[in-house]
Amino acid sequence: MDLLNAVVALLNFVIVPAVAYGSQLALGALGVTLIYGILRFSNFAHGDTMAFGAMATILATWGLQAGGVSLGPLPTALLALPVGIAATALLVLATDKLVYKFYRAQKAKPVILVIVSMGVMFVMNGLVRFIIGVDDQQFADGARFVISARDFREMTGLDEGLAIRTATVITVVVAGICVAALFWFLNHTRTGKSMRAFSDNEDLALLSGINPERVVAITWIIVAALATIAGVLYGLDKGFKPFTYFQLLLPIFAAAIVGGLGSPLGAIAGGFLIAFSEVTITYAFKKVATYVLPEALEPQGLVQLLSTDYKFAVSFAILVVVLLFRPTGLFQGKAV
Amino acid sequence: MTLTTRDILLFCAVFGLIAATGFFQSWNVALGIFNMGLISAIMALGVNMQWGYAGLFNVGVMGFVALGGLGAVLVSMPPVPDAWAAGGLRLIVALLAGAATIVAAIQTWKRMGKGLARTAAMIAILVIGLVIFRSLFDGAVEAIERVDPAVSGYLGGLGLPIVLSWPVGGALAAGAAWMIGKTALGLRSDYLAIATLGIAEIVIAVLKNEDWLARGVKNVIGLPRPVPYEIDLQRDPDFVERAASWGADVATASAITVKLAYAGLFLTVLVLILVAAQLALNSPWGRMMRAIRDNEVAAEAMGKDVTKRHLQVFILGSAVCGLAGAMMTTLDGQLVPSAYQPLRFTFLVWVMVIVGGSGNNFGAILGGFLIWYLWVMVEPLGQTLIGLVTAGMADGSWLKDHLIDSTAYMRLLTMGVVLLVVLRFSPRGLIPER
Repeated sequence: MDLLNAVVALLNFVIVPAVAYGSQLALGALGVTLIYGILRFSNFAHGDTMAFGAMATILATWGLQAGGVSLGPLPTALLALPVGIAATALLVLATDKLVYKFYRAQKAKPVILVIVSMGVMFVMNGLVRFIIGVDDQQFADGARFVISARDFREMTGLDEGLAIRTATVITVVVAGICVAALFWFLNHTRTGKSMRAFSDNEDLALLSGINPERVVAITWIIVAALATIAGVLYGLDKGFKPFTYFQLLLPIFAAAIVGGLGSPLGAIAGGFLIAFSEVTITYAFKKVATYVLPEALEPQGLVQLLSTDYKFAVSFAILVVVLLFRPTGLFQGKAV
Repeated sequence: MTLTTRDILLFCAVFGLIAATGFFQSWNVALGIFNMGLISAIMALGVNMQWGYAGLFNVGVMGFVALGGLGAVLVSMPPVPDAWAAGGLRLIVALLAGAATIVAAIQTWKRMGKGLARTAAMIAILVIGLVIFRSLFDGAVEAIERVDPAVSGYLGGLGLPIVLSWPVGGALAAGAAWMIGKTALGLRSDYLAIATLGIAEIVIAVLKNEDWLARGVKNVIGLPRPVPYEIDLQRDPDFVERAASWGADVATASAITVKLAYAGLFLTVLVLILVAAQLALNSPWGRMMRAIRDNEVAAEAMGKDVTKRHLQVFILGSAVCGLAGAMMTTLDGQLVPSAYQPLRFTFLVWVMVIVGGSGNNFGAILGGFLIWYLWVMVEPLGQTLIGLVTAGMADGSWLKDHLIDSTAYMRLLTMGVVLLVVLRFSPRGLIPER
C-alpha cells in the first residue's frame, strides 16, 4: 500500500506536471526550431510572440464570455484560439515584411538577424504590456478538475490523492493534436515537403522552383499558430503574466538545442527532457521517500536537490552539458 | 582614429540636451542623468569590445552588471562577526568542497580513457561531492541567516573603501565570463547568446535567493560612499558660507556638490578605459581582432587562434561591464536584486552600442549618453503625447484611463523601434567605425 501511495505521490507532483510543462515547452521549441531551419536564425522574439498570442486569445475570450458563450466544462479560451492565432499570424507576417525581409534579401549574417529579433522582442514586449498591462490575468473557466485529489482518495482508498486538472488534460491533448498535424503536414503535403527541402538545401530547393517567399510566409503562419497555442496552454496552466514568457525563452532554447536546432523531433524530445529534469530536480522527495524507505532510513531534510527558484539553472546546466559533449544535439540538428 | 567635426558636433548636441535639462528643469536632475550616462557609457564600451571588436553577441550584460554590484557589497560592507562565528568557516569549507568536486570531475574526465568506467566514475564523484557539499553548506547557511535577520543575516563584506570594489566587481564578472566563454565560444554565434542569457538569469536568481551572500531580496542598503554625505556638508559651516556666496540654498548646493564629486570619479574611470580601449583597438591586437571578426576563416589560416582571442575579448568586455555595475551600485548606495531587469540592463545597453556606432569607442560613449537621456525623457514626453491624444476623449472613458495607465510601457516600444530603425537605415550608427 505504501508503495502505491509513493507511486501516486510521484505521479501527482512530478509526472503529471512535467508532462504538461513538457508539452508546452515542446510546442515552443518546435516554433524556434522551425524558424531556425527555414530562416536560419535564433528568434529571440519567440517568447514574446507567445505572450502576444496568449494576450490576443485572452481578449477574444473576454469578448466571448461577455457575449455569454461558453464551452461548458472546457475553457472558453479554446474557442477563442483561432482568433488569437489569426492575430498573431498577421503580426508576425507584418514583422517579416517590415523587418526581416530586408535582411533576407541582403543575405545578412545570422547574428545580425538575432539582434534584429531582439529589437522585435522589445517592440512586441512593449505592445503586450501596453495593451494588457503587466499584471496576472486569469482566464481559465469551465471545470477545474477532471479528478480532484479528494475524489481520487475516496475512489481508491489511498492516502495520497491524484489530482488531474482540466488544463493538464487539455494541454496534453491539444499538444498531441498539434504535433501530429505538423508532422503530417511536413511529411505528406506538397508545401510541407517543399519546406523540408528548403531547410535541407536552400540552393537546390530554389533550383527546383520552390518559391522562397511562400515557404517563409507559411513557416511564419505555422510558427504563429504554435506560439499562440503554447502561450495559451501555458497561461491556462499557470496563469498569464507577460514577464514569465520572456523567462520561458531559456528553457525553450535549451529544449531546441538539446534536441538539435532544426530538428522537429528533437525539439519535442528536448522539451520533455528539460521539463522532466526541471521538475524532478526541484521536487522535494521527502514524501515519496517516507513511503518507500523503512522508518529507520527516513530522511531528515526535504530531499530536494535544488530549490525551485533555481529551475532556470537546470535548463542551463543541461544546455551546457549538451554544448560541451554533443553540440549538434541529440537528434543531429544542423547547427555546429 | 580622430574625431571629425561631425562627431564633435554630435557630442555637443547630446551634452547640450542634458544641459538644457539643467537650465529648464534643475541641475540636480541634469547631473543625475549625466552620472548615469557616464556609467552607461562604460557599459556600452564593454559591450562594444565584444560586439564591435570581435562580433560576439552577449545577451547577459545584466548578469555581469549584477556581479559588479555584488562585488561592491562584498568589498565595502563591514563584516558581521557573529555570522562569521556562526558558520563562516564551515561555509567556506563547503564552497571549497564544491569547487574541489567539480575540479575532480573534470580531471577524471580528462585523464581516464573513454568508456563506461569514465562516465560512472565522474557521476560517482559528482554525487558524493554533492552530498558532502550540501551537508556542510545547508547547516552553515541556516546558522548565518539566523544571526539577526532583520538587519544582517549575512556574512557582510570586508569593510574596505568602496572604490576598491570596482576592480573587484570587474574581476567577478571576468570569472563568470571565463566559465561561459569556455563552454560556448567556438560553437555557433547564437549559442553564446543563449548561454549568456542563461547565466544572467542564474546570477540574478543567486542574488535573490542566497541570503547569506548579500541578503537576497531583503536588499543591502546604506553602502559606504566614496564622497561626502549631503547632510555632513550642510552641517559644515565652511560649506554653508561658500553656498551662500554662490547664491544657492544649502540643500541644493550640497546635492549638486555630491553629484559633481561622483561625476569626477566616474569621468576619471571612463577616460582611463577609453584611452586603454583606443590604444588596444589601434594596436596590432586590435587589428587582429577586427580581422578575425571580418573573416574568421582567413584569420585562422593566418595562424590566429580564433577561439582563444574570442575568449580573451569576451572576458575583457565582461569585466568592463562588471566594473560599471560596481560603480552603479556605489552610486545607488544599495544592492536591490529585484531591480535588475533584462530589458533595462541588457537590451538598453545594446541599443546604446548599435545607435552610437558599433566598433567605435566614441560611438559607444555617445550612444550611452544619448540613449540614457532618451530613456529618462521618453516617459514625460510619452505622458504629454498621451495627454494630447486623450484630450478629446470623455473623462472616465475606459480607453482614456487605459492609455494613461500604459504610458510607462511607451519606452520599451520606443527603444525597440529606435533599434530597428537604426539597424535598418543606418546600421553603422551615429559615429561609424573607421
